[in-house]
Amino acid sequence: MAEELLLEIVTPEKLAYSGTVDEVTCPGSEGEFGVLRGHASLLSAIKFGELSYLKDGKRVSYAVNTGYAEVTGSKVTVLVETAERADQIDVDRARRAKEAAEQKLAKFTKEDPEYDRAKIALERAEARLKIAGQH
Amino acid sequence: MAALRDIKRKINAVQKTKQITRAMNMVAAAKLKSAQQRMENFRPYAIKFMDVLNSLALRVDTRAHALLAVRDPRRIRVILMTSDRGLCGSFNTNLIKIAEQFMQAKRKEGKELSLIPVGRKARDYFRKKAKVVNAHADVFRRFDMSLAIAIGEDAIPAFIAEEYDELYLIYSEFHNVGVQKPKVVRLLPLPSIGGEDVDIDKRIDYIYEPSDEVLLDQLLPMYLRVLIFRALLETSAGENGARMVAMDNATSNCDEMVRSLTLKFNKARQAAITMELMDIVGGTEALKAG
Repeated sequence: MAEELLLEIVTPEKLAYSGTVDEVTCPGSEGEFGVLRGHASLLSAIKFGELSYLKDGKRVSYAVNTGYAEVTGSKVTVLVETAERADQIDVDRARRAKEAAEQKLAKFTKEDPEYDRAKIALERAEARLKIAGQH
Repeated sequence: MAALRDIKRKINAVQKTKQITRAMNMVAAAKLKSAQQRMENFRPYAIKFMDVLNSLALRVDTRAHALLAVRDPRRIRVILMTSDRGLCGSFNTNLIKIAEQFMQAKRKEGKELSLIPVGRKARDYFRKKAKVVNAHADVFRRFDMSLAIAIGEDAIPAFIAEEYDELYLIYSEFHNVGVQKPKVVRLLPLPSIGGEDVDIDKRIDYIYEPSDEVLLDQLLPMYLRVLIFRALLETSAGENGARMVAMDNATSNCDEMVRSLTLKFNKARQAAITMELMDIVGGTEALKAG
């Protein structure tokens, strides 16, 4: 067994997760990165996406929103604005958000600033559905 | 006697009102508790966030950042937070009064004002009285970070685009159940951050990904959202605290009223009985005399 790595996922609402894990994979703004114990100290921005950790051979995923991850040798602190565990994602809500975004996309032209916003919203909804495993 | 029945009816009505105010008091108490719990849960996030922001600010020249740019404050934007619902004493009145005074004073200085109302009471009051950018009403029933993000969307890009020069936030600071104070704080440009109270020993030389400047770009808007979210939590706790107190007063006022009405009722009843007795006595006396 690899040495222990402490992971903390903190959101404004609650401490989403706190415990030891074997490995963490984060959606960094410059690309996905994995962390094992002994990783060099790192401070990275996190963009919307899937954050997962491996513990006892099982992988658990979270859909996270923007924030950052702070890595020191034995501890990873992830501060994100939202974090939902894969099995707790509100699939209905994500579907609704996806439909709303699709309708907006059809309505606005590419020049409209609303278009970009809708596009981001669509990507997020799709990512959440994917993480929930019910695309 | 008609008067008797009227009083009885009134007593019943007041007792019904009392049931409602007492129920509202208990609901507000429960909501206050959960709002306070949320404030408690938010604290570690805020503390950790400030830690990182401070240590980052030590390394990067934050003054150059767009969100710290000080311009001649000609156009001012205000975020005003009130509750959605009434029946919470002078809670909203106080907030709106402060906002009104603040905006009046700025207008006298010749500033151009725009407003982001949060909460139905703020929106309704200022609908025609101020230039409203984007109203967020009926939001306090259930809200999370996405509300702070949405409010930030109305404020942050416009500041960077130089559509206005200063951003103020008016919210209710939560002291305890009985005390909430309306508070005005300046959000933008951000006061300089970091510096003094950072423990140098605890500082770790990180690898920054992306570069520290870009990271700051992402963290500063987040910082603003942290401030907005905290204000939302405090306003929501304050609303429920104020409602709890208001409804508690209303309940004891009802008690008082029932008491005085019962007294009145008993007096009227007594008077009616006396009157009837007098009638009977008078009648018998008249018969005897005849």
